[in-house]
Amino acid sequence: MTTVVSRPRAASAYLPRLVGLATVILALLLAEAIIRIGWISQFIVPPPSEIAASFARLFLEEHIVHRFFYTVGECLVAGVMITVCGVGIGVLMHRVRLLQQACETWVAALASAPFVLAYPLFMVIFGRNAWTIIMMGFVSGLPPVILKTIEGISGTRRVLVNVGRSFNLTGSQQFRKILFPAAMPTIFVGVRLGLVFALINIVGTEFLINFGGLGQLINDLAERYDLGGTYAAICFVILVSVCFFMALEQVERWLRPVD
Amino acid sequence: MPAVSDSALLKVDAVSVRFDTAEGSITAVDDVSLTVKQGEFLSVIGPSGCGKSTLFNVIGGLLGNHQGEVRVGGETVSGPHKSIGMVFQEESTFPWRTVRDNVAFPLELIGMPKEKRSERARHFISMVGLDGFENRFPGELSGGMRQRVSLARTLASEPKILLMDEPFAALDEQTRLLLGDKVLQIQQQIKQTTLLITHNITEAVQMSDRILVMTYRPGKVKRIVDIDLPRPRTSEIVGSEAFGRYVAQIWNDLREEANRGLRDEEKHALQRGSGTA
Repeated sequence: MTTVVSRPRAASAYLPRLVGLATVILALLLAEAIIRIGWISQFIVPPPSEIAASFARLFLEEHIVHRFFYTVGECLVAGVMITVCGVGIGVLMHRVRLLQQACETWVAALASAPFVLAYPLFMVIFGRNAWTIIMMGFVSGLPPVILKTIEGISGTRRVLVNVGRSFNLTGSQQFRKILFPAAMPTIFVGVRLGLVFALINIVGTEFLINFGGLGQLINDLAERYDLGGTYAAICFVILVSVCFFMALEQVERWLRPVD
Repeated sequence: MPAVSDSALLKVDAVSVRFDTAEGSITAVDDVSLTVKQGEFLSVIGPSGCGKSTLFNVIGGLLGNHQGEVRVGGETVSGPHKSIGMVFQEESTFPWRTVRDNVAFPLELIGMPKEKRSERARHFISMVGLDGFENRFPGELSGGMRQRVSLARTLASEPKILLMDEPFAALDEQTRLLLGDKVLQIQQQIKQTTLLITHNITEAVQMSDRILVMTYRPGKVKRIVDIDLPRPRTSEIVGSEAFGRYVAQIWNDLREEANRGLRDEEKHALQRGSGTA
């Protein structure tokens, strides 16, 4: 009886993943066929098999690992700045009600602004170097952290605040021991969003100013008209983004083992 | 019988609370006076909307804008008082802390060293019957267990008065009776002076030495009933004849008030309906 029950369970656990993988493989085979038949020109999109074959070149000739760590370094600096400043500003805006009432709307508006278009301004201010890229990432990732910090603190359940009051907590204790820990899951959602926005803008700015890590590599390959390499590098960036997002989800689960 | 002294530990004197609403001023609590003696278990019972929770907030020092006076051991309560420990109706454990850290919270606030507070926390966790759950998070516990964590956390602050606002309201009847047993056992063990706010007659009769019945809005004292049932008590007492008589007697008092509440609610619903039509 036990085996009869456990087998379908195991199958149902793996089935969505297997179907997901099969879908990707099927899509790639379909793309390969369409491009080989000539419905899409190979001068615009190379076949997936050619893109896959180009991956080795990225590692051996284009030093993609070095470029990857360069981009990661920029993301790390931007991420620390986003977290420290975003949470700090969010807390300040929550505490100073006037500031929140005055600024929350335009911070929300900034969250959807295409900051990448402002890269010439940043280049004028910081020059063509890593700081332009980091600051582009920082500015684009900051609004979600500020907004989620305000939302997290404001959303603390009233009863938890009353527990703090019943224990005679001072304002600072109330913040450190109740409001901030209660807001942590929401703040982390903001940090996760901020880091993803920052990563997108960092790679985008590297591409636009032809400087730095993975973005510059894509630009280089595209300018050389190395289509296989360009698409392989784009796939690599997508994979990095997916892994980055999954890692952040794991960190979130680790920080909050039980809801 | 618990050691109930004649001296009043808590004295509520002519407390009235009014709220300004869009429909005008509403008197939630009107001239309520009561005393709770050392070691006594007093319940305040009334229909929904009679101002029980408002009274809870006034006694706990969470609501300042009221008339009258609340005194604990002769000291006037003008805000949250260290002698009063509160257990809330809503689930109020800290989800980011383990059971041990939740219970140790008030001990942490007074700067007790970590090892000592862990030991004290274990004592109170054991008192509410949660041995073995010290390292669990509230999210891993049932509703009844979480309320026991809240109770243990409040007991850890060693309050002179335990003030509880319908702590088992969200639980099913069986769990409620069993937790009532646990509260009774603790109360008898540490002679804890307790004030319970509830709308559940069975719960009130099961645990109390006296029951204060309140009227529907404005909340006034309708009657105080002495519960002369033997102690130590358990939930088995629910089946006794004397218990049934007390329940019937209090329901007689409450029925009229509950009916008024229901009619009032219907009237408001109709007014809201005609307002939106």
